[in-house]
Amino acid sequence: MTINEIQDELIEDFAFYQDWMEKYEYIIQLGKEVPLIDEAYKTDQYIIKGCQSKVWLYPELHDGKIIFTADSDAIITKGLVSLMVKVLSGHTPEEIAKADLYFIDQIGLKDHLSPTRANGLLSMVKQMKLYALALQAKG
Amino acid sequence: MKTFDIQKIRADFPILKREVNNKPLVYLDNGATTQKPKAVIDAIVDYYTAMNSNVHRGVHYLSQISTDAFEVARRKVQGFINAEHEHEVIVTKGTTESINIVASCYGRAFIGEGDEIIISAMEHHSNIVPWQMLCDEKGCKLRVIPMNDAGELDIEAYKALFSERTKLVSFTYVSNALGTINPVREMIAIAHEHQVPVLIDGAQAVQHIAVDVQELDVDFFVFSGHKMYGPTGVGILYGKESLLNAMPPYQGGGDMIKEVTFEKTTYNELPFKFEAGTPNIEAGICLTAAIDYIEEIGLDAIKAYEDELLAYATDELAKVEGVRFIGTASHKSSVISFIVDGIHPYDIGVILDKLGIAVRTGHHCAQPVMDRFGIPGTVRASLAMYNTTEDIDNLVQGLKRAVQMLK
Repeated sequence: MTINEIQDELIEDFAFYQDWMEKYEYIIQLGKEVPLIDEAYKTDQYIIKGCQSKVWLYPELHDGKIIFTADSDAIITKGLVSLMVKVLSGHTPEEIAKADLYFIDQIGLKDHLSPTRANGLLSMVKQMKLYALALQAKG
Repeated sequence: MKTFDIQKIRADFPILKREVNNKPLVYLDNGATTQKPKAVIDAIVDYYTAMNSNVHRGVHYLSQISTDAFEVARRKVQGFINAEHEHEVIVTKGTTESINIVASCYGRAFIGEGDEIIISAMEHHSNIVPWQMLCDEKGCKLRVIPMNDAGELDIEAYKALFSERTKLVSFTYVSNALGTINPVREMIAIAHEHQVPVLIDGAQAVQHIAVDVQELDVDFFVFSGHKMYGPTGVGILYGKESLLNAMPPYQGGGDMIKEVTFEKTTYNELPFKFEAGTPNIEAGICLTAAIDYIEEIGLDAIKAYEDELLAYATDELAKVEGVRFIGTASHKSSVISFIVDGIHPYDIGVILDKLGIAVRTGHHCAQPVMDRFGIPGTVRASLAMYNTTEDIDNLVQGLKRAVQMLK
């Protein structure tokens, strides 16, 4: 699936939940499904700054595609990083670098994108794109 | 004691009527900032409607009345903390700036290489970093008063920290992260036995506890307007006249000078020596309305009410499974910091917000306190005079719901 196809699917999934509580329960559930980062990479080098909770994110290039693994010590944040991994992992650096992440707005998480928000969703997006650019340059 | 009419008080704060996320607002983040009574909001509107003009400059009518109002506020603050002289009351941007002025000016004049400054383990970053910056610049050292597991300072250890090189002691009256009320009177007396001046951070104290700077014999006392029902962007540096006179000015600019030529400038007298540039006039003037409001209700009545509420909140929260309090000092003021086993404070904060409940989560600008307890942060409910037992019940219900979702 392309990045946009995954985004559209998530938008459909979230449309199903009317109530904020159900939305958060879904985000928490997604957090439990995140491909976990190897403990060896849970170091300061892979921490995403700008979050009230700790978020670790590790990129790896496989057959020209970036595979992300992640973790967080807060489960809502873990759900948010899981969402990002779901959308961006398994795509080429080029695709990730130029991705327009319209789904964040559409599933009602736009509030979370403000640079001053403590959960650092914006920092996650930035960092994933930076990794993509770095790996693009390498490749 | 005056009677404490909670419904009347709540009615004085317009914001308490609003909803957040379609739920009635439950505002429990008063340690960060308090809401403002209508009297303060009206005073701000009045200032711009009828008075706006720069202070200490113009001969014209508006400048005279705004200057008068600004100086009335200074005298109001003087009375509020019982300073001996009104010129010992310096108007600043807030607590942080007040501490920075002392670190910068007292530090420049009286602290040198190898000297020592004593702070405590429970300080807000704004009472740590200015001293670290001074230490980097001057080569002086920070000595830190340790605390016990309840979040109380170790007074014997404090006594042992003094040396010939101790030049200043700076600590908080009430901990923003733990709620501990420190034994300031005793601690000031100990420093004075060593002829060392003391700065007290009163940011979390003045809205809860009556302060008399002369009776405390404190050398510097700092606090903010916005945490005491007043406007944002204004704070106070109280200093003893002799100390303030001995210190060089902070910033150069208008109002802080007597005479300027390109060869030499002579500085203005207190308090203007430390008030360079146009101050936050509106906020300064409206401190009067905030203090009038507090004094009308009475700090004794406020404290008695808040202490009852704190006890109620502590009892009720303790019934929630997994709750562990951080900060269990025997003397506490209106701050309840807690964690829930196995749940990150941030997650709890997000769910409570969705329920219209405003608390603070995280390290509360006191990372060393969190490190001391080995936790990433806490959930902090901080009370003000307008909070009620219903607010606490809502918090407890919300917390139970959050725990259910997050477990």
